[in-house]
Amino acid sequence: MRNIWIICRKELRSYFVSPVAYILLVMFAVIFGFFFWNSLGYFVNMAMEATMEGEQFPMNINEQVVRPLLANINVIGLFFIPMITMRLFAEEKRSGTIELLTTSPITDLQVIIGKWLSAVIMYALMLFATVLDLLFLFRYGNPDWKPLAIGYLGLLLQAGGLIAIGTFISTMTRNQIIAGAVTFGVCLLLWVLGWVSQYENATWAQVLSYMCVITHFDSFAKGVLDSKDAIFDLTVIFLGLFFTARSMESMRWRS
Amino acid sequence: MITVNGLTKRYARTTAVDQISFEVKQGQIVGFLGPNGAGKTTTMRMLTCFLTPTSGTATVAGFDILEQPLEVKKRIGYLPETPPVYPEMRIGEYLSFVGQLKGLSGSDLRARVDYACERCAVADVRNKIIGKLSKGYRQRVGLAQAIIHNPDVLILDEPTAGLDPKQINETRDLIKSLAGDHTIILSTHILPEVSQTCEQVIIINKGKIVATDSVSNLQQRARSGESVLVEVAGRIGSLDPAAVQRKLEQIAGVSRVIPKADGQKRVIFEVEATKAVRGDVARAVVESGWDLNELRPTALSLEEIFLQLTGSEAPAEMEAVAAGGANQ
Repeated sequence: MRNIWIICRKELRSYFVSPVAYILLVMFAVIFGFFFWNSLGYFVNMAMEATMEGEQFPMNINEQVVRPLLANINVIGLFFIPMITMRLFAEEKRSGTIELLTTSPITDLQVIIGKWLSAVIMYALMLFATVLDLLFLFRYGNPDWKPLAIGYLGLLLQAGGLIAIGTFISTMTRNQIIAGAVTFGVCLLLWVLGWVSQYENATWAQVLSYMCVITHFDSFAKGVLDSKDAIFDLTVIFLGLFFTARSMESMRWRS
Repeated sequence: MITVNGLTKRYARTTAVDQISFEVKQGQIVGFLGPNGAGKTTTMRMLTCFLTPTSGTATVAGFDILEQPLEVKKRIGYLPETPPVYPEMRIGEYLSFVGQLKGLSGSDLRARVDYACERCAVADVRNKIIGKLSKGYRQRVGLAQAIIHNPDVLILDEPTAGLDPKQINETRDLIKSLAGDHTIILSTHILPEVSQTCEQVIIINKGKIVATDSVSNLQQRARSGESVLVEVAGRIGSLDPAAVQRKLEQIAGVSRVIPKADGQKRVIFEVEATKAVRGDVARAVVESGWDLNELRPTALSLEEIFLQLTGSEAPAEMEAVAAGGANQ
């Protein structure tokens, strides 16, 4: 546990001593801020129209603002996760510091979990920037906080899985750009895989659509904690870290 | 302290290290010598548990590198060819991170960081960012990182590569001063380094050990053939160097006569022979009516021994190395 924390702290520090962390945080906050502003503006407009026309159209801030926003964060996250994970191992391999880590009296798994955890914390900090925006909803509206909390849990779980995949990809190259590009491609594919289910109903299409991370986020966005989706995310995390461990082990045979 | 037994590392097509075995006693400094690509780094990486051997094994301080890697790692300080430093960190920060990795904490950690800084002469710059340091300082930080947990064994991969002559001397002195507390294996392709720093030398070529001996023994061994320097002067008037050379070449056992300097009055030759020939040389010179000004045995340098041991393709490599060494 102590060793995991040593690695994690060092990784966090290297995010924050370089501009990387600040740029990611600011860009994420700006992009989300734009989405938030847009969707709130739309909601307010709808509400005013509904009042003027005297319609009693049921409006729900959780359903109409929070849910699409959570889905937006999810997609923006897909774009940012490769930037968080690409340096984790690629950089250590390039600069040779991987030799320090692998010849120190700590296990590979401790290194991997420490690094993965630091990336998850980094992502959580980015999510925190979005919470600041959502606080306005509580100031001027009356949303339910429980579905929102579950939505964030879902975001974290899903990001945990993608970060595990990114960590794995980062162990396979010493080039950060390659690690980032491949991770980005994989994230994007895992997002669009679900589209096949729109026109095809065969088993393979169902399998592909099951692998899509977005379909597993829907219930979280609704504020429903569905064990099926949570288990999917946990499985992705486990598999990603498992393959990372195998990849690190294979370095001992090849490099 | 270190026992290596039939260690082998094979890659898809090549065998980097082939069945090597050796032993290092406590407190020794052992030089691991060989041309580039001989398998030095691979061997060191296997000893530090960075690479898994294809077959064979080794024990460090009584622990097997395959069975108890964590125990081995606790007892080894390792400086890879490029010092494993994080350029964005400050020296103090970095050393304390490495200390924690090696299991130190609290006041113990602080004391060891201070000690390592002091010992490797980086105490005055410990708040500087590593990325802005010169190569020499980085190397010292690398050494400090290796000794931080007071390991029984130090494994140093080309610790003086890329340093300027002054830094090389400083680093060598530092390594020698560490020898009392630690058993040290250092690899190098620079020969004077071995004769200056090490007690024991292991010469490795193409993945195989070609010699294991003490430095003085190796020099002794190479001297079984003889190499003598002869200065000859003419008694009256001028002297014909070619005649002298012919005369020397005729002596039984002489394999090569190399002119070193010649002038009107005196000439110097280096005579290489397969047996003791000093008496014969002296007689030949005097009987020809010349003066024998000087006659002394020259020790074969480690360089020549190295070339003898590593075979024919080594010379080009060594020249490149020597040139590289001079440039550094």
